[in-house]
Amino acid sequence: MSENLNIFVGLAMGLNLVALGSSRLTSVIRAAAVQGVLLGVLPLLMEEFHWMILVVAVLTMLVKGGLIPSLLNRAVKSANIDRDLIPLVGYVPSLLLGATGTLAAVAVAQRLPLLPAHAHTLLVPGALASVFTGLVLLIGRVKAITQVCGYLILENGIYLFGLLLLHSTPLIVEGGILLDLTVAVFIIGIIVDRIRTEFDTLDTHKLNMLRE
Amino acid sequence: MTCLIETLLRLAAWLVVAPLLPGIINKVKAWVAGRKGPPVLQLYYDLARLWRKGVVQSTLASPGFIAGPVVGWIALLAAALLLPLGRHAVAPSFQGDVILLVYLLAVARFATAWAALETGSAFEGMGAAREVSFAVLAEAAVITAVLALAVQSDSLSLPAMLAPAGGTGALLLAAGLFIVLLAENCRVPFDDPNTHLELTMIHEVMVLDHSGPPLALILHGAAIKLLLFSVLLVEAVLPVGDLPALAGTGALVAGVLVVMVGVGLTESLLARAAFRQVPLMLTTAFLLCLFALLVAWRGAASPLPERPPPTVRLPGETTS
Repeated sequence: MSENLNIFVGLAMGLNLVALGSSRLTSVIRAAAVQGVLLGVLPLLMEEFHWMILVVAVLTMLVKGGLIPSLLNRAVKSANIDRDLIPLVGYVPSLLLGATGTLAAVAVAQRLPLLPAHAHTLLVPGALASVFTGLVLLIGRVKAITQVCGYLILENGIYLFGLLLLHSTPLIVEGGILLDLTVAVFIIGIIVDRIRTEFDTLDTHKLNMLRE
Repeated sequence: MTCLIETLLRLAAWLVVAPLLPGIINKVKAWVAGRKGPPVLQLYYDLARLWRKGVVQSTLASPGFIAGPVVGWIALLAAALLLPLGRHAVAPSFQGDVILLVYLLAVARFATAWAALETGSAFEGMGAAREVSFAVLAEAAVITAVLALAVQSDSLSLPAMLAPAGGTGALLLAAGLFIVLLAENCRVPFDDPNTHLELTMIHEVMVLDHSGPPLALILHGAAIKLLLFSVLLVEAVLPVGDLPALAGTGALVAGVLVVMVGVGLTESLLARAAFRQVPLMLTTAFLLCLFALLVAWRGAASPLPERPPPTVRLPGETTS
């Protein structure tokens, strides 16, 4: 069971690096979406079967793999964004940063006082690595949509952490988080449109000057 | 005595089989494109033709112009001899021969670049500069892959390292080594072996001024290098050394064929990447090998992680 779990989390960690290394907006969105779907499967692997878990897992997969990416893609299309990214931190440096972060996450997680049930899974390293990747994407990319993707990957990391507490958190909390996330992406889609009509670009660096 | 005969036989196998591989790749490419394509044995004809031709040499060039291809060819052949071919054909192996393998490949590269610079042409200097700068990244990936194999098998001699299967990290290692194979042998996403546009060539630029037998040596050396990398890739993934002799050889041949078809399909389906993307792809290969190393290292630290007993009680269960 923990073998399967580790494969899924390992794939998610690989997708972190794909998101860091890809130069196309759509592939970053796709990486975040596939990662969300992979992580949605995890509760089914960790627990004995329960209909509530199934509902939450399916909802997670639908929202993270279907709804949010389609919203983002629509925003990309309607705002007529240039699909090439302009990185602040280049692809190779950010890939190397991400890899260093992943290795550090694995090393740090071995020293943390974890429960024996979690000590040999990749849950904690995966969570730390995803959070780190999300931060690198948020800091290192210029466009608003990529920053949303960074935020989604960061949320995936926090979700992985949340899986450690699957026993004690009511699943309704997960559902609430999903709802929040969707609303956030909705709002960002609107903001993106507003930014474009106001500034004619999505470069967030143009947003640091106050205007009358 | 039998050892000597066996080594000679393996030498002959490397010499004879190597020029077959580019032919297979070209056949696959032709098949995908719906053409008939050149015959599989085309490189043999080319080599025979080149061998009969004379050498045109620039008055500027020193004897290094001829010595470069010879040194490169011998280094590649020596590197190939170090690789085991299946179970019984174990090479003159010793502890640390894998380091010799890496350095022989570097010597071959140095010799090619040296011969390219001998012509005094700025054009060939450009090719040499490209080749060497991409090699820095590709070698990092190769060394990491070798390190992963060494950690996994706890040995530094090639037959022991390549005998067991790649374990959990085999997939990562295979992907990384495949990218390195494409880069080192100037295949499509990195370099186009068919093009003669000066702006896009890497390897081809360096050998433009060579002719006759030295060019034949360069082409044959390139074929040996291709075979070497594909054998390394197959043996790093499949437990060829653990199988019985016949099955091992069969698996090796089948594996190399699969790799060649993979290269042909990659060339047919992918466009050549822009130069600025090459470092990114090679870094990807390096990272794939690095994560294979991580998997091997973790696997070695705790052979089969002691899994938690399924009936462990978590604190959350008792309170809720």
